[in-house]
Amino acid sequence: MSESQSQQSRDDRVHAEHLAHHFATPTQQRESGKLGMWLFLATEVLLFGGLFCAYAVFRANHPEIFVYAHRYLDKTLGGVNTIILICSSLTMAWGVHAAQRGQQRRLVAMLALTLVFACGFLGIKYVEYEHKWKHGLLWGKRFQPTGLHEQSPDQSAEVHSLAAEPADARPSVAMSEGRSAIPPPAPGPAGLADADEQTEYPPGRPPNVHIFFGVYFLMTGLHGLHVIGGMIAIAWILVLSTRGRFSGAYFTPVDLVGLYWHLVDMIWIYLFPLLYLIH
Amino acid sequence: MTTSSLTYPDRIDGPDGARGDESYLGGRHGLRSWLLTLDHKRIGVMYLISTLTAFLLGGVFAVLIRTELLTPQRTIMSADSYNTVFTLHGAIMIFLFIIPSVPAAFGNFVLPIMLGAKDVAFPRLNLTSYYFYVFGALFALFAIALGGVDTGWTFYTPYSTAFGGQVIPMVFGVVILGFSSIFTGINFIVTIHKLRPPGMTWFRMPLFLWALYATSIIQVLATPVLGITLLLLIAERVLGVGIFDPQFGGDPVLFQHFFWFYSHPAVYIMILPAMGIMSELVSVFSRKHIFGYKFIAYSSIAIAVIGFFVWGHHMFTSGQSSVANAIFSALTFAVAIPSAIKVFNWLATMYKGSIVLHTPMCYALSFLTLFAIGGMTGLFLGTLNVDIHLHDTYFVVAHFHYVMMGGVVMVFLGGLHYWWPKMFGRMYSETWGRIACLILFVGFNTTFFPQFVMGSQGMPRRYFNYVAQYKPYHELSTIGSYIMAVGFVIIAVYLLHSLFRGRRAPANPWGGGTMEWQCASPPPPENFDQPPPAGDPYDFTDLVYDPQIEGYRRADTPDHQPAGRPA
Amino acid sequence: MNRILFVLTPMTADRSFWMPARGSTGAEGVDRTFYFVFWVSVFFFALIVGLMVFFVIRYRRREGVGPQASASQNLPLELTWAGIPVILVFVMFYMGMKGMVDLATPPAGAYEIKVLAKRWSWLFEYPNGHVDEDLHVPLDVPVQLLMRSEDVIHSFYVPTFRVKQDIVPGRYTKTWFRATKEGEHLLLCAEYCGTAHSDMIARVIVHPSGEYQRWLENAANFVSRMSPADAGQRLYKVQGCAQCHSVDGKSGIGPSFRNVYGYERVMAGGAKVLADENYLRESMLNPNAKVVAGFDAIMPTAQGRMDEEQILAVIEYIKTLSDRWTPSAPETTSQPATSQVSDKRP
Repeated sequence: MSESQSQQSRDDRVHAEHLAHHFATPTQQRESGKLGMWLFLATEVLLFGGLFCAYAVFRANHPEIFVYAHRYLDKTLGGVNTIILICSSLTMAWGVHAAQRGQQRRLVAMLALTLVFACGFLGIKYVEYEHKWKHGLLWGKRFQPTGLHEQSPDQSAEVHSLAAEPADARPSVAMSEGRSAIPPPAPGPAGLADADEQTEYPPGRPPNVHIFFGVYFLMTGLHGLHVIGGMIAIAWILVLSTRGRFSGAYFTPVDLVGLYWHLVDMIWIYLFPLLYLIH
Repeated sequence: MTTSSLTYPDRIDGPDGARGDESYLGGRHGLRSWLLTLDHKRIGVMYLISTLTAFLLGGVFAVLIRTELLTPQRTIMSADSYNTVFTLHGAIMIFLFIIPSVPAAFGNFVLPIMLGAKDVAFPRLNLTSYYFYVFGALFALFAIALGGVDTGWTFYTPYSTAFGGQVIPMVFGVVILGFSSIFTGINFIVTIHKLRPPGMTWFRMPLFLWALYATSIIQVLATPVLGITLLLLIAERVLGVGIFDPQFGGDPVLFQHFFWFYSHPAVYIMILPAMGIMSELVSVFSRKHIFGYKFIAYSSIAIAVIGFFVWGHHMFTSGQSSVANAIFSALTFAVAIPSAIKVFNWLATMYKGSIVLHTPMCYALSFLTLFAIGGMTGLFLGTLNVDIHLHDTYFVVAHFHYVMMGGVVMVFLGGLHYWWPKMFGRMYSETWGRIACLILFVGFNTTFFPQFVMGSQGMPRRYFNYVAQYKPYHELSTIGSYIMAVGFVIIAVYLLHSLFRGRRAPANPWGGGTMEWQCASPPPPENFDQPPPAGDPYDFTDLVYDPQIEGYRRADTPDHQPAGRPA
Repeated sequence: MNRILFVLTPMTADRSFWMPARGSTGAEGVDRTFYFVFWVSVFFFALIVGLMVFFVIRYRRREGVGPQASASQNLPLELTWAGIPVILVFVMFYMGMKGMVDLATPPAGAYEIKVLAKRWSWLFEYPNGHVDEDLHVPLDVPVQLLMRSEDVIHSFYVPTFRVKQDIVPGRYTKTWFRATKEGEHLLLCAEYCGTAHSDMIARVIVHPSGEYQRWLENAANFVSRMSPADAGQRLYKVQGCAQCHSVDGKSGIGPSFRNVYGYERVMAGGAKVLADENYLRESMLNPNAKVVAGFDAIMPTAQGRMDEEQILAVIEYIKTLSDRWTPSAPETTSQPATSQVSDKRP
């Protein structure tokens, strides 16, 4: 048998192995997989879209909250995370390329490297979350800022006043940790009548700052869950590729996981400026 | 794309071990073979059983509601119980029955066969979507067991963040059900795009497939928004984030926008597949080519697209601006037009046809009547100043029951009676079928027409007690609901009876021209060895009735076997 | 026979089969639009169902006879039966939009009344400070409502006025109307708000022009007109105390007022306090200072809502509910309340 003929018969065997019974050709199978994954990505975009929309609404109506609170996010860490994810997308794409060329060892290396980058991302996120937890920069009722140092020299005065205020500055009439049976009278909407005496905000801090941190944790949290999901998928592909499952004739799962990972990266690329780089 | 020598791999055995001459119902027996099946037909049947069970549960709640409302004050339950019962009736009927019913039960069964494919594109995803349905349902049942929810199926904040009962498990269940819906949608879109055999062009597809395609687009694009909305609701309830609850600085009307952004397109998820079935029923039982094929096909897409932009018509009194109100009202009228086009096309299909009132056709005619009322009462609600008076009254309740029940459920039953012989290989009693349809029709109108009048006379919805002047309407409405209950029981009895004692069904009892009628009843596991050549699905000219098989066959087939089946 | 004729009542009638009586200037426009849509719908319904029934009969299957040959598409027909509905719905849209803009635009100088909606009652605050459980308005005068909610979304709905507006917590919403019919109209809550949503009913009482001012002055002065205990009982109802505090001894969200005055109360934390006038006053103005054991600290303050005279009146009322209070001699001012709390329990 000639070289090309034996390659052809090898490909045929691969085709037969990986071709599901309801598909007529490998091309049909591959194209179906890709269309399916793109549709799934569309649903992910809409899922996050809801959060982005909430962000847009609150930022449009209460810009002061975002301007004030984003300073407590570390731009440097966020920037490093962005670079890490971009690098991980690069290694992922390289891995898909390697799979297409049947370069198993390179594929395994690239997938492993992608996982390393992803771990790095999560590690930095852990550092950021821990910092916020320690300083009470959390959502809703848990927003109780304490013991903050200067974040940036030009904001020192306000930062100090933030650190100096009492632990619980939430305006609430006896809000227990659980839900009350009758909520207390709602504080008036911003700008309208009824100065609520119990609301004492330190100078410079707008009301409802906790909304920013709620949005921050929801968006980065949901994104983080998707990073973890992606890592599981990549790990699974990694295991399969060490077993020689993929070749030039069949590498669709690698391709599809790659697509998903790129979306996860893309979402962060939008999240980062919206949360960290507000002017 | 593909080579010209397109053949399917030469296989006799089906995915569940059935041999080529057995039906999909045969083969491997036992619960495990069903629970782990990859056969779209078995998955469709499992969905059918599950959604009908949900319909039963939702129906029991409905009868409880109507019984409570027999008297203006307390009749059989407390106010809190009543509020829980109407919430659960709505949530179960919408999320556990009507949204999955036609696409997941009939769509799964029929779509690949109608297309000429062996299965959907992703059979494992299909099974996964069924299990997501089950898990979502379990969460909902868990919430009910713990005392239920009383927010209304719309979960408006801040009521649902501050009160509401077991909101979190219920809402989490709905999120899981949403993913079930999304996976079904992805599967159908890819199947229709990629698994069409050569010759099956877009405009040779039956209109039911166009309808499922449009529905799937909505499922894929709208459902994730519900997912994130409900996750945010949970976050608000647990963490006090401050997005929807004004106590924490949030905006209750924002919840309404998010919620209705999904829930309005959701009603098109409900009606579009039903309209697809209508096209099949009206043409087959008039033995006439569907009129205006392209108009009907495009109108499904138009409804899907425009339907995304009308959600604000649920919020005319919410405090949104007059400009927003006007835009949503105008678009609401726009989305009504394609539906009207369909209705006229179906009527034109009947013109000069050869009509026979088999049970499925009775349901189709019921749909035409009741959807006309339901659709046109939507015009009242789209008209701004009139809606201000009618919003949150029984007029709205009557409107959506006319479209969802008088519309979707009637055609669901029509489809059930149409495809019953194909799915289970048995014929049922036509006499009882027609009687039950008539009983349902009478009961339905008795239940819901008085509600229009009550509503425009000022009776609000979700009311446990009511002012005495509305009593006659409520009494009539409750009697109607009992009549409907009788109708449903009759249907259940004769259909179940047919499974054991019904006459064996021929491949094509009705003379349908779509591909599913060319394989055996019930179909073999592989559907076809070779898919029949794609032709015009509404060309009935060469289908002749053969009294020996009590069904139809192609004029050119000498024996009584459908194409592609071993002799 | 009368019933049948009633169904056909022309749209110019006041009360008809479909619509309640017209009580405001806006009602006629709404009814006119309603009946336009109605008759268009009736026409098309008759057309569709009529054709359907006719076709089923005329073209029923006959033995050996197939369907007649006919076209399966016709562009002019499609355009016609799409175009005519487009025109009709445009008219509906236009009528509706104009009507809505009118309903949303109060005339300048409208008489403003503030509305407070809460689970499950209404309170109306008049310009002179008087607070009432019913909405009293003058006949034929534009009335503007500035509405707020204390808890969840409610909705202000008066069917005879054809007016509805959601009341959203965290903001103010507005609506307006001009009443044209004297007497009582039903006011209903039209947004589900919990257990007693269907009991959240009040009355809109339309006074002929001269009478309204007289009523308003009279009503506002009730504290000085009634005995303190009677005034206190009324305040107990309109200020929402009745929502949480019963007068029959049964604990609700808050302790009952029966047998409070003159008794020792056990606070959360164990301290015992005598419930005298000072205790009652402090409980109203600073409710979380002393919270009775077994109850949540969720009572809203009366600070800013009731003046000293009103607080005193409520204290006097609470005193009459205790068996440790003895009425003073007849010539003094304190009298027992003239009636027990009414059946209007939220």
